[in-house]
Amino acid sequence: MFSRLFTPNKEIPRSIYIGAGIASFVAFVGIWSLLSYGGLVNPLFLPAPDVIWKTAVNQFIDGEILSDIGISFSRVALGFFFAALVGVPLGMLMGSLRIMEGAFEPIIGFIRYMPASAFIPLFILWIGLGEAEKMAVIFFGTFFQLTLMVMDVTKNIQNDLIEVSYTLGASKRQIFRKVILPASLPGIVDTLRITFGWAWTYLVVAEIVGATSGLGFMIMQASRFLKPEKIIVGIIIIGLLGMIIDLLFKALYRTSFSWMRKEG
Amino acid sequence: MDTAKLIIDQVGKVFPTKSGEMVALDQTSFSVNDGEFVTILGPSGCGKSTILRIVAGLEQPSSGRVLLDGKEVKEPGPDRGMVFQSYTLYPWLSVEDNISFGLELKGVPKKQRLETAKHYLNLIGLKGFEKHYPVQLSGGMKQRVAIARALANDPKILLMDEPFGALDAQTRTIMQEILLKVWEESRKTILFITHDVDEAIFLGDSIYVMTARPGRLKKNIKVPLDRPREFSIKQSLEFLDLKNELLGLIREETLKVI
Repeated sequence: MFSRLFTPNKEIPRSIYIGAGIASFVAFVGIWSLLSYGGLVNPLFLPAPDVIWKTAVNQFIDGEILSDIGISFSRVALGFFFAALVGVPLGMLMGSLRIMEGAFEPIIGFIRYMPASAFIPLFILWIGLGEAEKMAVIFFGTFFQLTLMVMDVTKNIQNDLIEVSYTLGASKRQIFRKVILPASLPGIVDTLRITFGWAWTYLVVAEIVGATSGLGFMIMQASRFLKPEKIIVGIIIIGLLGMIIDLLFKALYRTSFSWMRKEG
Repeated sequence: MDTAKLIIDQVGKVFPTKSGEMVALDQTSFSVNDGEFVTILGPSGCGKSTILRIVAGLEQPSSGRVLLDGKEVKEPGPDRGMVFQSYTLYPWLSVEDNISFGLELKGVPKKQRLETAKHYLNLIGLKGFEKHYPVQLSGGMKQRVAIARALANDPKILLMDEPFGALDAQTRTIMQEILLKVWEESRKTILFITHDVDEAIFLGDSIYVMTARPGRLKKNIKVPLDRPREFSIKQSLEFLDLKNELLGLIREETLKVI
């Protein structure tokens, strides 16, 4: 049994699989507890788990954090929505039309290495301090990667699948709508799941400069007033939100693409 | 005199490569009669797939032309159905939707589409699999559905590019029998590519043997076996004689390129 667990690519019982995941969380909290309750680290730098819990409960009772969550979520969701709105069709065209790939791949490949955070001063100059600027940061942080990943998904469609469609009488339009789109949809949903995760990491960057609300702003305020417990609560909330969205995407994937599973 | 359905008229194909031009297919001419089952037999890399792809319109000939019912082939179209060696079913569509895909493209109403799908499902012996998805099918089933999908479009000719090449030997022989049954019922003109001598004889009315690169027609042999053909015919003297002759021809060609 033990050797089976460490054999590459071997399936293991589901209970052990889930147990291993829970064990990681337990170990994480365990080490944290050891460091804080054991007095190994100054509580000013690392507050104990119960302090974090109480802070979180108080913040939720207080209610202010809810509006921070709301505003942050809407920034991430909208910024990402626009990135996907442009990036998905563009990526699909780049993956299927060589002319589009030739035109856009080099410039996107160039811009995507420019740090989104360094553009914040420029965005502020160009579009001011409002919501549009926050969304622009998130858009900039995700759009280019997303587009290239969608391009790869579309490019990887089996060429025979497209050729057989021509022999069945498909027009170019029909090839796009009835073959390329459904064939790349699972890969696109997976790409959106991964890049949405990245969008959250750009949120804090966007809210550190020139923001007066949101989870990133809350974290920055806590930092100024030396309240590490608030920083950690903010970080954990962002982590949880990201994970919930990730699970929702996975559920969407499972229900939408049941044709990928043998049991149907 | 039979009427020629498909005419391959001095078709040649040259591919540009880094080290100059590579002749994949020398100028080749032959014709296929209406309702005829023609197999093209050749060693790997002899350009036999190139012929088929040119007939399908997926590739342009460097010289010559292809005529189907007297009209020159320029691009792919539903009058030439094709079955590939790789599995090309649409994984997101059920078996019945796969079979009726070509009809859907044409805008045939759903009710009529599903009736046609049902008819061809019965023909290929997959009744009851309407709602299954490709991932749930074996390789042999997938290729049968691919054949049904091509036939449901009612093409003038069926082009088959080593369709059973990826299947195991047992499945392969059964697929050949199923294909013959389907052909006897539909009487479609079929152009079938293979490198398997048994398959070429068992299926074809006529066999074109190709040379190794550059591909050229080496010999045309009429198969002297009666129809309908049963599995047991593979043990007959005529079959074995023809098999020996063809094995010799193919061996010569394979030795040239090995």
